[in-house]
Amino acid sequence: MTPPIAELAGVTVAYRERPVLRGVDLAIAPGERVALVGPNGAGKSTLLRVLAGLVVPLEGRVTLGGDPVASLGRAAIARRLAAVPGQAALPFATRVEEVVALGRLPHEDPFRGPRPADRAAVDAAIERVGIGPLRGRDARELSLGERQLVLIALAVAQAAPLLILDEPTVHLDLRHQVAVMELLADLNRRDGVAVLAVLHDLPLAAHFFPRLVLLDGGRVVADGPPARVLAPERIRATFGVDPAIFAGPAAFAGPSALHGAPPELTAGTGGR
Amino acid sequence: MSIGARSLALARARVGRPAHAPSAAVLALVGLVALACAVVVAVAAGSVAVAPGDTVGILLRAIGLPIDRSWSPAAETIVLELRLPRVLTAIMVGGGLAVAGAAFQGLLRNPLADPYVLGTASGAALGAAVAVLIPFRAVFLDLGLLHLLSFAGALASVAVVYRLGRGGGLFAPLTGLLLTGYAVGSLLAAGLAMTMFLAGSNLRQIFAFLLGGLEGASWLRLAFAAPLIAGGSLAIVARARVLNGLLLGEEAAAHLGVDVRRERAVLLALASLVTAAAVAVAGLVGFIGLVAPHLVRLVVGPDARRVLPLAAILGAFLLVLADLGARLLGEIPVGVVTAVVGAPFFLALLRGTRSAYEL
Repeated sequence: MTPPIAELAGVTVAYRERPVLRGVDLAIAPGERVALVGPNGAGKSTLLRVLAGLVVPLEGRVTLGGDPVASLGRAAIARRLAAVPGQAALPFATRVEEVVALGRLPHEDPFRGPRPADRAAVDAAIERVGIGPLRGRDARELSLGERQLVLIALAVAQAAPLLILDEPTVHLDLRHQVAVMELLADLNRRDGVAVLAVLHDLPLAAHFFPRLVLLDGGRVVADGPPARVLAPERIRATFGVDPAIFAGPAAFAGPSALHGAPPELTAGTGGR
Repeated sequence: MSIGARSLALARARVGRPAHAPSAAVLALVGLVALACAVVVAVAAGSVAVAPGDTVGILLRAIGLPIDRSWSPAAETIVLELRLPRVLTAIMVGGGLAVAGAAFQGLLRNPLADPYVLGTASGAALGAAVAVLIPFRAVFLDLGLLHLLSFAGALASVAVVYRLGRGGGLFAPLTGLLLTGYAVGSLLAAGLAMTMFLAGSNLRQIFAFLLGGLEGASWLRLAFAAPLIAGGSLAIVARARVLNGLLLGEEAAAHLGVDVRRERAVLLALASLVTAAAVAVAGLVGFIGLVAPHLVRLVVGPDARRVLPLAAILGAFLLVLADLGARLLGEIPVGVVTAVVGAPFFLALLRGTRSAYEL
């Protein structure tokens, strides 16, 4: 097995007195595609922040590319892990291409600014995500779905081998949800970028991700292919609802439930 | 991904600024030439007019060029001892306030922010007012107690606001900082009001400070303010990428490799230092620090690497002209000029810029 691109081992985190993660073990292999699912407050976002070095765990070991996160500077972390930013209000009018260019910040020379290679990376990211027609527009005037694609392009321009996302489909309509998922799957398969995404939409996660990690109460309670992780009895135990309510077991049985996905989606291309 | 083809086909190529704006270098060059012209005009004009040719000659001779003297010694004294330090102080103060304003706007992610937003103004005002009440004269580098206490007051109030506000408590850190700035400012304003109430015949001195003015400028005062303002501004410009990273929020900036906690503290300290030095020599000159960065952003966009230097040039240019106006109108307070000219102009600009300043 190749060494993991990111790893948490026995990670425990507490905010004030309240434990948020308890002894979490998780390893992401290069080029893998993993969805982090679980109820609100399960610790999913905290896990991402621990991985990015924004939250220091009480116990445990966190590594990125084999090196302890605690030993890496912020810029070094940013070159190993790109986070798609949450939707934030921009304080000033900002063109789409200027937003995407922010992804080059960890690569730029602090004093000389962007070099031709940086500009080329921005152009390539805009092209790759397919937002060329938007590049001159004010990012604040875009729809949420368009803005999500712009933010993903920013993370693509950052050119890190691991992409993390916190609920990238929240508030998006179904078409944009699928578009974002297809884009992530494509970036993963064609460019070899490892993807770790927190998702609330279980059918979407099951459909587009070959590996799911289910968090509950700060612990990893299941880790594996969707059909196993989202077994009906586990849904009931974790979320306290009848699994039939939101999708029915068919959604986890195979790819046909959503809209006839290409077969390679379930073949576990980036599997463990 | 194929979403691009369908939903984006409707996207119009529309921007809130010129599609092919001149490059930042060209704008900087134009700005510097305009600033140089403004300097010559401001040095030449006044109660005693000096011919522009003579003014240029005096200035060039002063920097060591071999030019024959064809003007009176009086003209040379007026230009070099009275007007030049004043104009250079205006350049420093205007440029510094513009850079500090741009830094505060970027740090607080708030287009309404200006150099005074975190309590520098109220701290400086209270310091100046208290100095007026103290029957004791101390002079350092041509600066009286009033200037020194206003400088100290500005820095002290920001330090207090930062200590109290960075935790945020009920609010997000930035909101906490802004609200703390507001609360501390209100408290200091009460102190200022009380001091003014007690000031009696010295009230006019306090008002002169509150409204801003450069009539007391001298080479010595410039020697105090210029290193602080120029050094602080350069250090801010060197951190432009931090401000860029903050465009999408603090967490995004951290993910983009910015040590947010440290850089925010450093930038706040630098911007406050620049503001305090500017206020100490010029009083509370309003509007430049708010408007200059916005005007620049309308043309070149939000990239702080371009905004900061261009805002500095524009702020310097605006204050040189405003001070000239104040002088020609019989030494009215320069803060009145910047507000009376700046506010309507800025309003017109805002109305012309569709949706660019929603909050």
